[in-house]
Amino acid sequence: MRNVRNALGGIDTVLLLGGRSEIGLAIVERLVRDGARRVMLAARGGTAPAEDIERLERLGAEVHLADFDAARPETHVTLIEEAAAKLGDLDVVIPAFGVLGSQAVYDEDPVVAARDVAVNFGGHVSAGLAAARSLREQGHGTLIVLSSVAGVRVRRANFVYGSAKAGLDGFAQGLADSLHGSGARVVVVRPGFVIGRMTRGMTPAPMSVTVDAVADAVIDALRSRRRTVWVPARLGPVFALMRILPRAIWRRLPR
Amino acid sequence: MTLLTGWGRTAPTPATLARPRSAAEAAALLTRAGRRGVVARGLGRSYGDAAQNAGGLVLDCTGLDSTGLDCTGLDSTQGDRTGGGPSWRLDPTGLVTASAGVSLHDLMTDLMPKGWFVPVTPGTRYVTVGGAVAADVHGKNHHVDSSFGAHVRSLRLLTADGTIHELTPDDELFWATVGGMGLTGVILEATFRCVPVETSRMVVDVERTRDLDQTLETMAETDHRYRYTVAWIDLLAGGRRMGRSVLTRGDHAAPADLPARMRRDRLAFGPRPRLAAPPWAPGGLLNRATVRAFNAAWYGKAAPAAGKRLIQGIAPFFHPLDGVAGWNRMYGSRGFVQYQFAVPFGAEDTLRRVVARLSGAGVVSFLTVLKRFGRGTPAMLSFPMPGWTLALDIPAAQSGLAGMLTELDEWVAAAGGRIYLAKDSRMSAAMMSATYPRLDEWREIRRRADPDGLFVSDLARRLRLL
Ligand SMILES: Cc1cc2nc3c(=O)[nH]c(=O)nc-3n(C[C@H](O)[C@H](O)[C@H](O)COP(=O)(O)OP(=O)(O)OC[C@H]3O[C@@H](n4cnc5c(N)ncnc54)[C@H](O)[C@@H]3O)c2cc1C
Ligand SMILES: NC(=O)c1ccc[n+]([C@@H]2O[C@H](COP(=O)([O-])OP(=O)(O)OC[C@H]3O[C@@H](n4cnc5c(N)ncnc54)[C@H](OP(=O)(O)O)[C@@H]3O)[C@@H](O)[C@H]2O)c1
Repeated sequence: MRNVRNALGGIDTVLLLGGRSEIGLAIVERLVRDGARRVMLAARGGTAPAEDIERLERLGAEVHLADFDAARPETHVTLIEEAAAKLGDLDVVIPAFGVLGSQAVYDEDPVVAARDVAVNFGGHVSAGLAAARSLREQGHGTLIVLSSVAGVRVRRANFVYGSAKAGLDGFAQGLADSLHGSGARVVVVRPGFVIGRMTRGMTPAPMSVTVDAVADAVIDALRSRRRTVWVPARLGPVFALMRILPRAIWRRLPR
Repeated sequence: MTLLTGWGRTAPTPATLARPRSAAEAAALLTRAGRRGVVARGLGRSYGDAAQNAGGLVLDCTGLDSTGLDCTGLDSTQGDRTGGGPSWRLDPTGLVTASAGVSLHDLMTDLMPKGWFVPVTPGTRYVTVGGAVAADVHGKNHHVDSSFGAHVRSLRLLTADGTIHELTPDDELFWATVGGMGLTGVILEATFRCVPVETSRMVVDVERTRDLDQTLETMAETDHRYRYTVAWIDLLAGGRRMGRSVLTRGDHAAPADLPARMRRDRLAFGPRPRLAAPPWAPGGLLNRATVRAFNAAWYGKAAPAAGKRLIQGIAPFFHPLDGVAGWNRMYGSRGFVQYQFAVPFGAEDTLRRVVARLSGAGVVSFLTVLKRFGRGTPAMLSFPMPGWTLALDIPAAQSGLAGMLTELDEWVAAAGGRIYLAKDSRMSAAMMSATYPRLDEWREIRRRADPDGLFVSDLARRLRLL
């Protein structure tokens, strides 16, 4: 079942949570190029860079801004309702917020670690459930969850971030199953190392990809019936192996 | 929740489906609609999402008997169908009052032996009276008889507040309901004038044309001689033969037109689907090769063969596709799109460009139909306008389809044309508001009849009609 409003896969409305996310904006831009006409960028402080807004407007979209803080779950239901009121039925919701702190800092300051986990996992739980409620009620729509290979098998080099992603990935799969039959669906995206703002200054891992590649893969998944997307695709089989690698070897991996 | 689609089987959405038997039941159901609202559904023959309401309530009106029509005191030259299920009543002048759930198939079956025919029939008999009014459907006689709404004398409409309105063509709500795609309320009943016929057969002229110019010319010059006309275009023919067509044009036959053996039972009418498409819908059955073969065979043989004053039954003349039950499944699980637009007279160049584009793109279309429209109705959202209309089926899986149709939309809009809502499943809200100039007027009337927006459909949301 394709849960889009148009017979040919066309999408009209998009809500981006973490409205300045590089990956998120790349997905939104593609959707607008393909005909999406109402977009909401929800970010802390309710702002987005003028150039991003203008680019989307030039492509024909009406762009709305809203204030959204992933760390304040009590505001999430209201935000989703505001989005539906402004955009109409939500065709695609993309929670793209996230923070990638360094494990060294987390080791030093557990409070920072807990705060980031509250964004990377807790924020996705409240925003995801709030969005799912709307999608279920409207009987269609897609939630795109940006998980990561970091959560498929957690590594010692970034196990706080990784474990939050592991939690998010499990949450997204459970939510997908709970939405089964409602007309709404969840697409779980598992990128590897993405060369972009979030990873600036880090040495790219093997099989790293660009932001554009992630966005393209998401668009393909929206058109198909796929529920899980690995970017690049060969990370799927690679991680099937990684998962069964003996712990003693896994632990010694450099990163 | 039930997953619903239109005839094209694209974009399914879940809804709570209820089947009211009476106006009272329908009114009671309206009070139970939640935030996602409600829309009526007939036999689901619109191609797209007009009779769907994701997450909301859909009223299947095929069992709807609005009134328990009083049929006492009718003699046998008149008639009725009452007692369980949708009913209708015929008066001696050919005025039929039918509950909205009655199908045109049932009406034809009942009325034909009494010498009456529906004023307008679409390319399928399996539509309800409610659906025919809500889409203001047109038939092969549009160039002389306009669309269904032009023949309706009155409507009974159940509105959002639970009251029933008797509407006539003097009411603006009447013309917002005709062509209003179910968004003004639930049509309970319609009274319309039927056409007297002497036989159940058609007398038909079939001819072929070389190319599009000749097709347009022949239709413009001689369509007026026939009550019913249509051209089937061979989209697979390119080059000099682009737009070559088979014209089938005819009238109701008089007894004298019939061979003696038919004259005995001159009002016989009993069509049944001859074949059934397999339920497991093999995706590739209607592929380029089979459609090419079909088109070549049809054009080559001009089935029915070219000729003058051929005698044909109602079903093969008006409803050739009803001969295969469930033929829409043959397009496979991705479904198909029907693209139907109209452009005014004078925009023949646009028509040519579109045909060239479609035939150049190698579009696989089972039947491509061209028709000349006559005058429209005062209905604000009615589709037909004096000019040309082209309709074709395209598998949704055809690559590059979305972009190509958006491009065609732009040409159609620039030519002052529009897309038919009963067939649409993919145009944009911007295209809609650019091409239906009376949309705001309709919205205003609709808002007065339904201030809280109770009536809503996937189509209404997609095209931002409300
Ligand atoms: C093979 C084929 C050929 C066709 N050829 C033609 C043609 O030549 N000309 C043409 O004009 N159309 C044609 N159509 C389209 C068809 O005539 C219309 O879509 C018609 O509206 C279908 O009627 P339905 O009862 O199936 O209604 P549905 O498809 O169930 O509903 C169509 C619309 O009518 C509304 N509606 C239905 N019942 C009611 C009611 N009781 N009260 C209020 N609203 C109601 C629905 O809300 C919806 O908006 C064709 C369709 C097919 C499948
Ligand atoms: N880049 C990668 O290698 C990679 C790999 C796999 C998965 N992912 C995931 O993909 C998603 C998008 O990443 P990206 O590459 O687009 O990174 P990005 O450009 O850094 O975007 C992340 C966004 O999250 C926002 N954010 C952080 N904390 C927030 C909070 N409390 N409330 C609201 N917004 C908050 C940031 O907002 P500010 O603008 O205010 O900082 C930023 O715009 C993330 O979930 C990330 O984990 C990324």
